[in-house]
Amino acid sequence: MTPGQIALRALIVGFIVSFAVITGFAYTTLLERKVLARLQHRVGPNRAGYIPIPGRSGERRFLGGFLQPAADAVKLFFKEDFRPSAADPWIYTLAPMLAVIPAILILAVIPWMHGFRLGNLIFEPYFAIAPNVNVGVLFILAITSIGIYGVVLGGWASASKYSVMGGIRASAQMISYELALGLSLLPPIMLAGSMDLGEIVAVQGEWKVPFALLQPIAAVIFYIGALAELQRHPFDLLEAEQELSSGYNVEYGGMRFGMFFMAEYMKMISLSAIFATLYLGGYYGPIPFAEQVPIIGLINITIKIVASLFLMIWIRASWPRFRYDQLMALGWKRLLPLSLANVVLTAAVIILFDEGLLASLF
Amino acid sequence: MIGELLRGMATTIKHLFKPPVTIAYPEVKRPVRYRFRGRHELKRYDNGLEKCIGCSLCAAACPADAIFVEAAENTDERRFSPGERYASTYEINMIRCIFCGYCEDACPTEAIVLEDNYELSYYDRASTIYTKDMLIVPVPEGGKPTPQKTPPGLYNRPIPDMEDPK
Repeated sequence: MTPGQIALRALIVGFIVSFAVITGFAYTTLLERKVLARLQHRVGPNRAGYIPIPGRSGERRFLGGFLQPAADAVKLFFKEDFRPSAADPWIYTLAPMLAVIPAILILAVIPWMHGFRLGNLIFEPYFAIAPNVNVGVLFILAITSIGIYGVVLGGWASASKYSVMGGIRASAQMISYELALGLSLLPPIMLAGSMDLGEIVAVQGEWKVPFALLQPIAAVIFYIGALAELQRHPFDLLEAEQELSSGYNVEYGGMRFGMFFMAEYMKMISLSAIFATLYLGGYYGPIPFAEQVPIIGLINITIKIVASLFLMIWIRASWPRFRYDQLMALGWKRLLPLSLANVVLTAAVIILFDEGLLASLF
Repeated sequence: MIGELLRGMATTIKHLFKPPVTIAYPEVKRPVRYRFRGRHELKRYDNGLEKCIGCSLCAAACPADAIFVEAAENTDERRFSPGERYASTYEINMIRCIFCGYCEDACPTEAIVLEDNYELSYYDRASTIYTKDMLIVPVPEGGKPTPQKTPPGLYNRPIPDMEDPK
């Protein structure tokens, strides 16, 4: 295929996957509200769209609230579009976009299903928007780092001292945990021997074991680093309702705030997808025959992403939050040395298995 | 420390499997407690006469100055209440009312009573002035509507007896 054809195919596939994931983001907000409510012994939103079950007095509604995300989107679109007069207009408009775009861009390299052929359309060896990227994991790290710009520029462009401080604290938190995140991305690369995400999934399928079982410490460090990167509970000091006077998105209203919100939830989905790909086995999942019937691979990875999101919401309902200095101490003094030690240990064990004392076992 | 973290998560996941405690208002309403103070009502005796004698002690007792009472004389041809006077104008401003129940405590004939209704929202402020015809209860069975024509000499006490007049 000519490069033009490859680019056109990537563009169309990218549009389709992006729209699918943006719908997924909308329903992630509903999932969060309803699961958080059920964990707190109450029901979530159940009025905006439901199928009434006849015979009961209106207490049970099937699929209660499935139009709530649409209602929220309409409400955000109708809000007043204001700008603080001292704010830089270009950067004030650009900052939410800089937060959202990297969140969606990470999904370009994730393998969603095994490769298949549809007539002239060949997706080999795996289906992703941009397949066969040799440096997939490096791409993910780079794009995640660009997401920090959105936060710090959003805080600065609001022309309020408290927003600036909030933005700088948020970016300091994100940068600190990116170190531990990056180091915990190394063990799957070392085990699979390649940075290509599809190759990592293929190795997990070949060995029939997800890397989370071989590298539990790295999986846990990745998950904690992801929670801190997303500013999600228990690291959500900067977006907690009681602390909003020093938040970076306090001067944003309407759809601009909606885009920051969208950035957080899209990053939740993207980092869950990366966790599922690198540690939970990608599209080789609980349901077998993911190679022969590719759609099963999609269902597998969706199950893993939803399980990871459920775990994030469960953590939000259960634990208190960290104070800012405790958070930074955890990131620098505990997670970073632990992940470094894990990398060194993994390297040592790999050498031992390949050429050293344990080579005779296999 | 990991044990405590997992114990916290176990506590929350238990709630996922219990039915939620939310009451699906407005389809299901909680019954109110025994001495609940809701919307006011002006009561009547069993023969149809109103209990309110227009003394405006409720208006004097109201801490929010929400009640307005104008009294008029009862005659035997047109009798509204078994006393000397009746309330010809009785208005309660529901936005001012704080539902304290002092008017109910001050009333000598137990005419004004706070009942169970708490759904009192409005769209414009003029509709929050509740007049006497909104507050009076309907005529009970066996009674006649007011104004009644009564035989002279039957109701000649200025303040009526507390039992239902024969």
